[in-house]
Amino acid sequence: MLHVPRFFSTAAVALFAGLATPAAQAETPPDTLIQAWSIDDVITLDPAEVFEFTASEILGNTYQGLIGYNVNDVSDIFGVIAESWEVAPDGMSMSFTIRDGMQFATGNPITVDDVVFSLTRAVKLDKSPAFILTQFGLNAENVDDMIVKTGDNSFDLKMDKAYAPTLLLYCLTATVGFIVDKQLVLEHEVDGDLGYNWLKTAYAGSGAFTIREWRANEVIVVERNDNYSGDAPPMARAIYRHIPESSTQRLLLEKGDIDIARDLGPEEIDALQNNPDIRIESGVKGSIYYLGLNQKNEFLSKPEVRQAMKYLVDYATIADTIAKGTVTVHQAFLPKGFLGALEETPFELNVEKAKELLAAAGVPDGFTVTMDTRNTPEITGMAQAIQQTMATAGINLELIPGDGQQTLTKYRARNHDIYIGRWGPDYQDPHTNADTFARNPDNSDDAASKPLAWRNAWDIPEMTAKADAAVLEKDAAARAEMYLALQREHQETSPFVIMFQEIEVLGFRDNVKGFVVGPSFNDNSFKAVTKE
Amino acid sequence: MSMTESSRREWLLTDHPASRRQARLGQMYRTWLTFRQNRLAMVGLGIVVLLVLVAIFADLIAPYDPLISGDLRTARLLPPSWNHPMGTDEQARDIFSRVVYGSRLTLMVVALVAIIATPIGLLVGTTAGYFGGWVDIILMRITDIFLAFPRLILALAFVAALGPGIENAIIAIAITSWPPYARLARAETLTIRDTDYIAAIRLQGASSARIISGHVVPLCLSSVIIRVTLDMAGIILTAAGLGFLGLGAQPPQPEWGAMIAAGRRFLIDFWWVATMPGIAIFAVSLGFNLLGDGLRDVLDPKGRG
Amino acid sequence: MRAPSAFLWQVTKLLATLALTFIGLLLVTFLIGRIVPVDPVLAVVGDRASQSVYDKAYIELGLDKPLYEQFWIYMTKMVTGDLGQSFLTKKDIADDILRVFPATLELATVGILIGTVLGLPLGVLAAVKKGKLADQLVRVLGLVGYSAPIFWLGLLGLLVFYAKLGWVAGPGRIDIGYEYSVTQTTGLLLIDSAMQGQWDAFRNVVSHIILPASLLGYFSMAYISRMTRSFMLNELAQEYITTARVKGVPEWRIIWIHALRNAAVPLVTVIALSYASLLEGSVLTETVFAWPGLGQYLTNSLQNADMNAVLGGTMVIGVIFVGLNLLSDLLYTLLDPRVRRRG
Repeated sequence: MLHVPRFFSTAAVALFAGLATPAAQAETPPDTLIQAWSIDDVITLDPAEVFEFTASEILGNTYQGLIGYNVNDVSDIFGVIAESWEVAPDGMSMSFTIRDGMQFATGNPITVDDVVFSLTRAVKLDKSPAFILTQFGLNAENVDDMIVKTGDNSFDLKMDKAYAPTLLLYCLTATVGFIVDKQLVLEHEVDGDLGYNWLKTAYAGSGAFTIREWRANEVIVVERNDNYSGDAPPMARAIYRHIPESSTQRLLLEKGDIDIARDLGPEEIDALQNNPDIRIESGVKGSIYYLGLNQKNEFLSKPEVRQAMKYLVDYATIADTIAKGTVTVHQAFLPKGFLGALEETPFELNVEKAKELLAAAGVPDGFTVTMDTRNTPEITGMAQAIQQTMATAGINLELIPGDGQQTLTKYRARNHDIYIGRWGPDYQDPHTNADTFARNPDNSDDAASKPLAWRNAWDIPEMTAKADAAVLEKDAAARAEMYLALQREHQETSPFVIMFQEIEVLGFRDNVKGFVVGPSFNDNSFKAVTKE
Repeated sequence: MSMTESSRREWLLTDHPASRRQARLGQMYRTWLTFRQNRLAMVGLGIVVLLVLVAIFADLIAPYDPLISGDLRTARLLPPSWNHPMGTDEQARDIFSRVVYGSRLTLMVVALVAIIATPIGLLVGTTAGYFGGWVDIILMRITDIFLAFPRLILALAFVAALGPGIENAIIAIAITSWPPYARLARAETLTIRDTDYIAAIRLQGASSARIISGHVVPLCLSSVIIRVTLDMAGIILTAAGLGFLGLGAQPPQPEWGAMIAAGRRFLIDFWWVATMPGIAIFAVSLGFNLLGDGLRDVLDPKGRG
Repeated sequence: MRAPSAFLWQVTKLLATLALTFIGLLLVTFLIGRIVPVDPVLAVVGDRASQSVYDKAYIELGLDKPLYEQFWIYMTKMVTGDLGQSFLTKKDIADDILRVFPATLELATVGILIGTVLGLPLGVLAAVKKGKLADQLVRVLGLVGYSAPIFWLGLLGLLVFYAKLGWVAGPGRIDIGYEYSVTQTTGLLLIDSAMQGQWDAFRNVVSHIILPASLLGYFSMAYISRMTRSFMLNELAQEYITTARVKGVPEWRIIWIHALRNAAVPLVTVIALSYASLLEGSVLTETVFAWPGLGQYLTNSLQNADMNAVLGGTMVIGVIFVGLNLLSDLLYTLLDPRVRRRG
C-alpha cells in the first residue's frame, strides 16, 4: 500500500486550484494609460543627451521647448515658451521673447535665465544631439557670448552664418532645445557637471506630465504635472511597459491588459483588424530604411553595381507582405512630409536590367558580399527577402546578423560591405537628412564628423557643397527646389539603396481616444488622451 | 563460409570462448541482448537512427529547397497541407524541408561538440589523475571554475564574445561541456594509475606522455564516451536555446531553435511555424535521452532498475 | 577531539576554494567582456555621438588603460563592494541586481517547491513499483521533461493557457494595475502582497507565476523523481528494511518514515543542486515570459556589452551556485553519520 501523506495531496489540490482560477479579465485603471513598447533604446532622460525614439517621446510629453509646430502641417510654426522671435537684418542672429507666467513642475517660474541656461548647458555638455545647436557655430568656449540675455524676458541667439531661419526654428523644436529648471538642476550639480549625472535618470521640466520613474528595460512611469500651464491632461498617470515581442503586445492588448500596443507587426495588424474592441491607427514617420553600400568594397564602388543593386530589391512585394502596413515604398533621402521631399520611385525589381548593369560593370557573373543585419524581426525579414532577389542576378549576399550595438560598431568603423539600416531625422528641417546622406566634408578615417556618407566611404565634395548651399537659402520654394535636385542626383548615384519610409502603427483599445501621432517621436502626445 | 543463425548465436554466447575476440564479441552481444529488451531504449535508438538517415538523405527527402523562398505574395504562412506537410514560414519556405535539413545542423552540433570536448576532458582529467600533486590541484581548480559557472550563461558569454553563429555556438558549448568529462577521466585514472599493469609499463621506461596517451586514455575512453552520449540531449537543447536567443545558427540557416524564435511572432495565428521545429527538437532529444537511459541501465549495473 | 577540527579544516578549505573560484570566475568573465566585438562606448553615448563625445566617454570608462590595469581596478573596487555602474541603466549594479534578483528568486523558489512536491512522491512511487507500469510512466514523464526545450514549452503554454483558455495571466510578474498598489518590501511579490493583505493582488501574482514556475518545476521534478527513485531503491535493499518488515512494521511506515528519512540526506543535495540550476535555467524562461529577473538582466546587458553588469550578474549567480554546492556538502557532512565517521 502506498499512502500519499496528506500534505502532498493538499498541496497538489491547491496547485491545480490556483492553475484553474481564471485570471480576472483585466481592465486597466481608468486614470492610467498603459502602453506596451520596446523601450530598450532609452539610455538617458537628460534633454541635452536624449536622441532615441522612446526617450524623445517621453520628453515630448514631459518637457516644453521654445518653439512647436502643428503636427498636421509642420510649416505652421508657433511659440511655446517663446512668445515671439525676430531675425536680425543681417540674418546672423535671432532674438526671442519669453512668455510670461509659465512655471516648471517644481513651481519655479520659467524665466529667460532658464532658457539661456538650458541651451548653453546642452552646448557645453556636448552630448550626442548637441550638434543640432553647435552646427550654427556654437561651441563650449563661445556659447556664453553667442546666447545672451538681453532683457528681463528676452535673449539673442547668434550664428556664424545667415542660415535659413526655419532651420534654426526647427532645430529648437528638437528635444535638445527643451528647457530645464535651472534652479533644480543646479541643486544637483556635482563637480561642475551641470547636473548631468543627476538628470540622466531624473526630471526637471515643465510639460504636461512629470517623469516619476524609469527602470531600464522594464518600465517608465509619468504622472500628471499639476503646475502645467496648458490644459490639465485627463490621465493622472501614463506607464510604458517594456514588451519587446509584438505577439505578446497583441495578446496583452486583446486581453485588455494594456491600452496601446506600439510595436505591432503585419500579422498582428491583420489579426486585430476585425476585433471590435481594438482600433488600429497609423501615421507616417520620418524613419527611412536603406542599404548602405561601403565604397571601400571593390565591387560596390562601381557605379553600375550600385545602380544594379537598386533594381534588385522587390520593393512592392516587401511592402505588401513581410512588412505590410508598417512601411511604404520611398526612394529618396527626405521622407514624405519634409520640405522638398522627392516622392518619385524610379526603381523596382528588374533582374534583366540589373544583369545588364552588372555586365557593364565587368561582373556579369555576380559576386559575393556580406550584409550586416540587425537581428530584429523586421530587418531580418527584409534582409532575407533582399538576399533572395539579389541571388537571381548572381549576387551572393551573406547575412551577418548581430544585435544593434554589434552591427553599429562595425558600421561606424566602416568594416561592413553592406549595412541594412533605419535612419530617423533629428529635426523637421530637410537639412537633417541632407547633412548625413549627402554631405561628407572629410572622407579620411579620422574625420571629425562621421555622417552616413562617411560611413559608406562615399567621397562627394561637390554634393557636399550643394547641400551646404541649400542651408543658406532663405526662400522656402527655392530651397525646396534645391533639395529636389539634390535628391534626384542622389537617387541615381549614391551608394544608398533607399527603400522604405516607416509607418508607425498603434493598436488602441477602442475606449482610448485622443492620442496624437506626429511626424517625429517627440510629437507623439498623450496629454489629451481620454478613456471612455 | 556460411553460418546458420543459431550456430552464430551459440558461438557468441558460449561459456568457453576460444579466443579473446570471441569473448569480447560475446560480451557485446550479451549487452545488446539486454539492451534490446528495453523497449524504450529501442525507441530511442530508432529515433537516433532515423535522425542520421534523414540527415544523410535530406536531399532526397526534402521536397523543396530549405533556403529559397517561394512566392511571398501567395505562399507565406500556409497551413500544413499535402504540398507542405508542415506548412510554410514567413519567407514562404517549406517548413518540412527546413526541418529535414535542420537535422544536419543538429547532428553536426552534437558530433562536433563531442569531438572537441571529449579530448579536452580526457587530456585534462588523465593528466591531473596521473601526475597528482600540484598538477592535479591546478588542473582540477580550473575545472572547478568552469563547473562553478552556470553552463548556459557561460555559453552565452562566450558566444557574445565570439559573435553569433553556429560554429561559435559549437565552440562555446564544447568549452562549457568538458569539465564533467575531465572529472570522470580523473577518477578513472586514479583507479588504474597504481595498477601493476601501468607500473610494468613505467618500468619498461615509457615516457609519461606515452603512458597517458597509449594506455591511460584508452582505458578511460569508454566511460567518457558513455557520459558524452548521455549529454547529447543536453547539447541539442543548449544549441537550440542559443539559437532561440539569436546567438546560435543565423538565418536563413534552418536551425530548429532559430526557427522557433522566428516563428514566435506568428504563434497565435500560425501555430505550425514555431511548433514543428519544436517537435523536432523534442523528438530528437527524447531519442537521445531514451537511448542514453537504456545504455546506462545496461552498462552500469549499479543504477540498473 | 578529531571530528570538530576536521570539520573546521574542511570549512577553511572550502572557503579557500571559494575565493580561488571567484577570482577565476572574475578573470574569465572579464576577459570575455573585453573581447566582445561590441563597442561599450556606443552603449553609453548612442549611435549619433560626435567623435569628441565618443572620445570623452572612452576615457571616462577607463578603456584607454591596459587590460591588466582595468582588471586590477575592477578587482579592488569589487573588494570594497563597488560593482560599478551599469552603462545601460545608469545605476549602481549592486542596486540593479538587488532589484531584479527577487523576481528570479521567487520564480525559482516556487519552481523548486512544485518540483519537490511532485518529484518526491513520484520517485518513491517509482521505486516501490519498480519495473511496473507506474515506474515506466514516471520514467517517461521524467525523460520528456529532460527532452523538451523549455522556451518552446513556455511559448506553447502561453498560447494555450493564456491566449486560448485564459486560465492564467500573461507575461510579466503582476498586472500593471496592481504594480503600484503593492509596496515592495521583500521584493517577493507573493509575500509582499500576502503580508499587506492584498488578496486580489496576491491572486494576480499567483496567476502570473503559476505557468513559468510549473515549467521550471517540471524540469526539476524530472531530476528529483529520478534521484529519489534510485536513493529509495538503495535504501529499500538495506538490511534494516528487511528487519523492519519481519518485525511487522506497516509498509507505508517503512517507505515513508524509515527509508525516506535515510534517503533524505542525499536528496537535500539533489534539491539544492536543482535549485541552483533553476536559477540559471530561468534565463530562457524569463525571456519567454518577460519576467524582469536576473536572467533577463544578464541577457540584456550581454547584448549591449554592458560588461560591468554582466560581471556583477555572473558573480551573483556564481556565488549562489558555489554557495548552494558548499551548503549541500556541509549539510551532507553534518547530517550523514557515515560521511562524518569517514571524515
